[in-house]
Amino acid sequence: MNDSLALARDSILAPVGLGDGDLDRLLGLLTGHAVDAADIYFQSSRLQSWVLEDGIIKDGNFNIEQGAGLRVICGEKTGFAYSDELQFPALAQAAEAARAIARGGQSRSVAIGAGAPMHRLYPSINPIDSLENADKIALLRQVDAEARAADPRVREVIASLVAVHDVVLVLADDGSLAADVRPLVRMNVSVIAEADGRREQGSSGGGARTDLGFFLAEERALGFAREAVRLALTSLEAEEAPAGTMPVVLGPGWPGVLLHEAVGHGLEGDFNRKGTSAFAGRLGERVAAPGVTVVDNGTLPGRRGSLAIDDEGTATQETVLIEDGVLRGYMQDKLNARLMGVAPTGNGRRESYAHLPMPRMTNTYMRAGAHDPAEIIASVDKGLYAANFGGGQVDITSGKFVFSASEAYLIENGRLGRPVKGATLIGNGPEVMTRVSMIGNDLKLDEGVGTCGKDGQSVPVGVGQPTLRIDALTVGGTSA
Amino acid sequence: MSISATEDTAERLARLQESVEELLSEAERQGASAAEASVGSSTGLEVAVRLGEVETVEHIRDNGLGVTVYFGQRRGSASTTDLSPAAVRDTVRAACAIAEYTQEDTCAHLAAPELMARELPDLDLCHPWPVGVDAAVALAVECEEAARGHDPRIVNSEGASLSTHFGLRVYGNSNGFIGGYPTTRHGINCSVIAQEGESMQRDYWWSSARAPEDLDAAAGIGARAAARAVARLNGRRLGTRKVPVLFRAEVATGLLRALVGAISGGSLYRRASFLLDTLGEPIFPEFVRIHEQPRLLRGLASAPFDGDGVATRAKDLVREGVLQTYVLDTYAGCRLGMPTTGNAGGVRNLGIDSGPLDRAALLREMGTGLMVTELMGHGVNLVTGDYSRGAAGFWVENGEIQYPVEEVTIAGNLREMFANLVAVGDDCDFPGSTRTGSWLIEQMTVAGE
Repeated sequence: MNDSLALARDSILAPVGLGDGDLDRLLGLLTGHAVDAADIYFQSSRLQSWVLEDGIIKDGNFNIEQGAGLRVICGEKTGFAYSDELQFPALAQAAEAARAIARGGQSRSVAIGAGAPMHRLYPSINPIDSLENADKIALLRQVDAEARAADPRVREVIASLVAVHDVVLVLADDGSLAADVRPLVRMNVSVIAEADGRREQGSSGGGARTDLGFFLAEERALGFAREAVRLALTSLEAEEAPAGTMPVVLGPGWPGVLLHEAVGHGLEGDFNRKGTSAFAGRLGERVAAPGVTVVDNGTLPGRRGSLAIDDEGTATQETVLIEDGVLRGYMQDKLNARLMGVAPTGNGRRESYAHLPMPRMTNTYMRAGAHDPAEIIASVDKGLYAANFGGGQVDITSGKFVFSASEAYLIENGRLGRPVKGATLIGNGPEVMTRVSMIGNDLKLDEGVGTCGKDGQSVPVGVGQPTLRIDALTVGGTSA
Repeated sequence: MSISATEDTAERLARLQESVEELLSEAERQGASAAEASVGSSTGLEVAVRLGEVETVEHIRDNGLGVTVYFGQRRGSASTTDLSPAAVRDTVRAACAIAEYTQEDTCAHLAAPELMARELPDLDLCHPWPVGVDAAVALAVECEEAARGHDPRIVNSEGASLSTHFGLRVYGNSNGFIGGYPTTRHGINCSVIAQEGESMQRDYWWSSARAPEDLDAAAGIGARAAARAVARLNGRRLGTRKVPVLFRAEVATGLLRALVGAISGGSLYRRASFLLDTLGEPIFPEFVRIHEQPRLLRGLASAPFDGDGVATRAKDLVREGVLQTYVLDTYAGCRLGMPTTGNAGGVRNLGIDSGPLDRAALLREMGTGLMVTELMGHGVNLVTGDYSRGAAGFWVENGEIQYPVEEVTIAGNLREMFANLVAVGDDCDFPGSTRTGSWLIEQMTVAGE
């Protein structure tokens, strides 16, 4: 038995007196011969957040959530109910509601036991307790002071610090119990700079699955403050962004949101099983330029998008999505894997016990190529260098995707020119990846800031990429 | 398991009210000088079907409790999904522990007692729908079948769904206010895929209402989803150019929401708005009147009191093009030296007066330009008003739709877009709490091939 499992049993099952006999009875209520799969997802989650604004610690919040989601699957049908009470009668009632999807059938009994061995990617700690509250406050104050000292044009600073202690326990229909203790910390700094009547915002931040010491190490928190100020000041100088289709060079790291939108979502198993994705039925086909290899990897130690097991108890893995330009695989949860006759890939994720799992990304990135980033910029006569992005969105059926540049520069005659205002970039996923003509040797993952939304459910994710040249992408500026 | 608000609604409401009172007394026992608390409980059913078969049946049952304690002008908050008496105590304790570390904030206080809602009019928001799983599935199937049968080019489906929710919420504070009421919300939606040659397009339609009898017919929703998906087939790109842009009604709502974001207290006191210091200034042409009706009967966003317990009231945000009021809660009001406008939690049932032109007349008024029916991405900067988003829609020449357009962006600045609003149509034809006809904007930059 691993320590996560012991911790999860102690913190979730023991307080309500749920023993193995109760778990067996609950599974019995869920399963039967008409049932293809069933599971119970127990969760206990604590979140603490602090906000500094106007130079003072203005707000703080503590949130406690716990409950269990019970799911029954027959063929393509899913019955689902959840309860925020963990006592046996409440769970039995939820089991009955979930089970109503499968009519008839006899219940059966299984032995409850530990699931398969799992990765150790992060410590089984409660990050809320990893730093004294007074030290959290002090850290936010240092961040505020750093941002204000950086430049007199800084007018407002908002800094936030969040720590989450999430404990999950997944009971599958074979009786296997898998548990994961998931620490998550996040910091964000946002500043408003003002000069000559013009105001601009800059934001920076980061996070990881670790303790709050992460923000003290390597002066990370202060670095976020300096970066937020730099971005706001750069925007104060920005001129109108160009409009039209042109070569675009994307910086390394967070600009990997391109991959998340342009190919990531389109390669999730549910859309491909249903044939609703622009990538459906294209396994083995060329969907990107030679040299382009994109993976989804849930096993990177400490990363925001990483998970030792997914929310169905499957160990995470590195899944090659596109290899040297050829479509190789999809991301799967158990339901879609079974219906497509493939193995699950550890991508079954859910926002909480009150939501159904579905195929979701973990850390999605492109592997490094051979080009020096300077050489990539030098190769463009007239185009755009996009160093930082906000969010993105995709229509997986038409393949159209957008992402919004928050820091960008003109490239003129192979040199970086003036900064330009933020603009939305739009493209077609399956097409844009074939226009990648140079791949940098500088693969970088993002700072740990990503949250992905799908069907109303949010989950933490990571992205990354090396510097990339895309020969033609449409830039939505105002300067036509 | 279907939901119904039976006689015990009053009883359940009374129990939640007791929880709120218990939270407030517990806060006092733990030394807080003031406190506010809110407790909610909701149940519901959601069914989804795809290709005529059940896909998911979800039983919803959410509980939540939140408390904010004040020690003079320091505050702390905590919340939980657990409504047990032990959780009440622990949650208050957690909030008090937070307040030990927050700092004096002169605006951290409850709304003045005289501003609290005195009467809680019945806004007719609760119409439970005792629809069983089988009947819900049958309606969703009917909706999807209407979509799939609408046109031979509808080749695939993401399915249709039906949802029904019943919720209770009680809010109270130590300035003597406590109030709560039940609400219901029901919906049907459908999303299908059209294909012709290489072109594959998805679109959707929906209906949402407080009372089941106010929902649009399931078959009509499906047919509309299908018609929208088919209309988008074989879209073309446009060359980069500056042209008039018509935001069709369902996407014009985003422009109204951007206005509200920019005149909201939080954006203003942080100086993070392109509409700073514009109170009493013209920001739209003279024909524009924008209003809030928070006490609309059966309104999807209606509420008798706001998140601070302050009575909501109908008002014009913009009249004759001039900004009449900011949108403030108690805290932001204090920061700006103004009274709250009863908008803690946002603007409820926002609308703009329709003009005389129907959609065909609007297209003729535009002449040649882009009618936008879908927007993508997050490219709205409320600090500067800079606007740049992915768009799809239809190219219009001489007032006639020519062909669908996709994979373009539209860009401009909201301040200029508002000032250069040419007309608002009399063509509001979608569900939701924000009501507007289509907006014709004089000129924007369209970027394409």
